[in-house]
Amino acid sequence: MSDTSWLSKFPQLERGDLIAIRKTLDGAYREFSRNYGDTIESLFDPLLTFLIWFEKLLIASPWWLTIGVILAIVYGASRSWKLCTGVFASLIAIGVLGMWDDTMRTLSIITVCTLLSIGIGIPTGILMSRSNRVQAIVTPILDVMQTMPAFVYLIPVVMLLGIGKIPGVIAVIIYAVPPVIRLTNLGIRLVNKETLEAATAFGATAKQRLFGIQLPLAMPTIMAGINQTIMMALAMVVVASMIGVKGLGQPVLKSITNQYFTLGLFNGLAIVALAIIFDRVSQTYAKRTQKHLGGMNND
Amino acid sequence: MTDLNKASTEENETLIEISGLYQVFGNKAKSVLPMVKAGKSKDEVLAETGHTVGLRDINLDVKRGEIFVIMGLSGSGKSTMIRHFNRLIDPTEGQIKVEGEDIMKLTDDELIQFRRHKMSMVFQHFGLMPHRTVIDNVAYGLAIQNVDKTERLASASQWLETVGLAGYGDQYPAQLSGGQQQRVGLARALCTNAEILLMDEAFSALDPLIRSEMQDQLIELQAKLKKTIIFITHDLDEALRIGDRIAILKDGILSQVGKPVDILLSPADDYVEAFVKDVNRARALSTQTLMQNVNNTLESQSVESAINSLNASQQEYGFVCNNEGYQGVVTRSQLEQAAANDSNADICCDELLIKVPSVSPTQSLQSAIPEALGHNFALPVTCKDGKLVGTIPRSEIAQVLES
Ligand SMILES: Nc1ncnc2c1ncn2[C@@H]1O[C@H](COP(=O)(O)OP(=O)(O)OP(=O)(O)O)[C@@H](O)[C@H]1O
Ligand SMILES: [Mg+2]
Repeated sequence: MSDTSWLSKFPQLERGDLIAIRKTLDGAYREFSRNYGDTIESLFDPLLTFLIWFEKLLIASPWWLTIGVILAIVYGASRSWKLCTGVFASLIAIGVLGMWDDTMRTLSIITVCTLLSIGIGIPTGILMSRSNRVQAIVTPILDVMQTMPAFVYLIPVVMLLGIGKIPGVIAVIIYAVPPVIRLTNLGIRLVNKETLEAATAFGATAKQRLFGIQLPLAMPTIMAGINQTIMMALAMVVVASMIGVKGLGQPVLKSITNQYFTLGLFNGLAIVALAIIFDRVSQTYAKRTQKHLGGMNND
Repeated sequence: MTDLNKASTEENETLIEISGLYQVFGNKAKSVLPMVKAGKSKDEVLAETGHTVGLRDINLDVKRGEIFVIMGLSGSGKSTMIRHFNRLIDPTEGQIKVEGEDIMKLTDDELIQFRRHKMSMVFQHFGLMPHRTVIDNVAYGLAIQNVDKTERLASASQWLETVGLAGYGDQYPAQLSGGQQQRVGLARALCTNAEILLMDEAFSALDPLIRSEMQDQLIELQAKLKKTIIFITHDLDEALRIGDRIAILKDGILSQVGKPVDILLSPADDYVEAFVKDVNRARALSTQTLMQNVNNTLESQSVESAINSLNASQQEYGFVCNNEGYQGVVTRSQLEQAAANDSNADICCDELLIKVPSVSPTQSLQSAIPEALGHNFALPVTCKDGKLVGTIPRSEIAQVLES
């Protein structure tokens, strides 16, 4: 008589086999990180030095100078006094409520993550827009990056690099970079075909087309991607704090374990304030530089 | 006389030559090609393979200095065809030669140089760059050639003025009307001074008045700058008006290539015939389409030498032109009478000259007919500065109007 239990119960691998698989993979990775961990970590040293320097700069500068510089940047980007007033009020409130240092830490890491995401994301998006094959390969990777729970990819990163700023930055970037890649690709692909053909017909080189036509015309879409990226990076602040990234995330983590509602709320609001500042400033900047569209779509 | 007076285009050399050109759109175009060659129709190929036949066995040549019109209904493959001239689309099969050089063999760099200096293009949907001002759009071709900024802006504003948009330079394309944008596209194409101009329905967004003005301007420009123009239109009247030769395209196949008169008087198939059936010929044809070279021009000279040159060319009369252009007609009989009095007198005098009125090359035949009445001479055609550019024999006029 044959065994028919596979009908009622899923025919899974033997427990022993599963454990063996896990052990081999874990062992191999552990071996890898033991051998190469230090080398890889040293590759990130310049970045770490910069991160520490930038954070120190923001914290060590007198608060009024930092606010002054931030306001100057906000005004330079948006040319809006209203926005400046709002930013000023939020920063003062944050300082008065005792969150100045943590906010500066978060600000520094978010700024660095955003710049790195842009630096990685735009070139990747450009490559994707030029070849359907690259697009077919990169898209599922981006899907995984966005849907895989952050904790899961934190494990190998922490195994490899330990706890600290660098793993935090990597985790944030993995989570936050997909929008800027996707929207760069989309923006370039949406550029009016005849406009691009016109450039080609007049003898533009590939480089002249990219920098003279495709990127400028894709810019509104790319800016939307950058905006998304910033928002997602800020959303990762709490998760990153679990692997030792200091900033507004750690008090939130503390309030969860100790049930400090008000502390959590204040720090949460500070994150929201940062998000709104980043969002409004980048939006008004984008709008200001896209004046030629004058209410028209980019066709 | 007709034999001697070949229309000017026929003497010119071939500039662009296309032979055996096929264009099939789709992923596996090459594998569908045999089916297309076997004569399956566009619809059959589409139904069986999902591929669109764009062009099928196109053979044509464009002469230097002519306006070559490609005409056909929507979807007949006009835009597809014109994109092959500067290789915005590569053919599935076939050869494209410009000045005898196979442009399919150009390297990437050579192709860029070719596009910068040999050809420029006006696009059906303008293809303007929305993030550049009008003047920067016009100067674009020069900008990518790294022409100095003041120089290219000067040249751009001059062309902008030519197309009637002086003062719009600092606007963005979105702030202009469709017709104005079209003219920006035209100025942009002219600004690079390329020898060959590709124009894809360049005038279809214009209102009738500006349109006919632009047509005149184009003809004038072409005469002045000796450009070769490939002009696409779906409007037969426009084709007849400006074309030196017309190619008629149907479902990706060339039905007929010929001079406007040929198309009108001897349509090659039912399709072309249906096209031209309702055309008012006298209105549709411009005088220049019937115009022939003059071989009996007489300069200001003595009566005696004028008789000699009429004898030499075996003509009964001649068209007298001096520095100020066309003056009138003198006949042999009058000259002989005058010779009896004074054979050294100048023929350019009121007693001898018959003031046969002249017509312009761009006016319609219909409007020229009154000028052809009241005398028995061929109709002189002069351009704006009074220079005699050709004549229209009476027999030609009669033939066009009759059948
Ligand atoms: N990139 C493409 N992919 C697939 N089919 C195409 C492509 N471009 C053109 N076609 C097909 O080729 C045919 C000819 O199109 P084309 O644009 O040349 O027509 P047209 O004569 O310029 O028409 P119109 O007067 O409307 O501009 C159409 O059937 C169209 O569907
Ligand atoms: Mg078209």
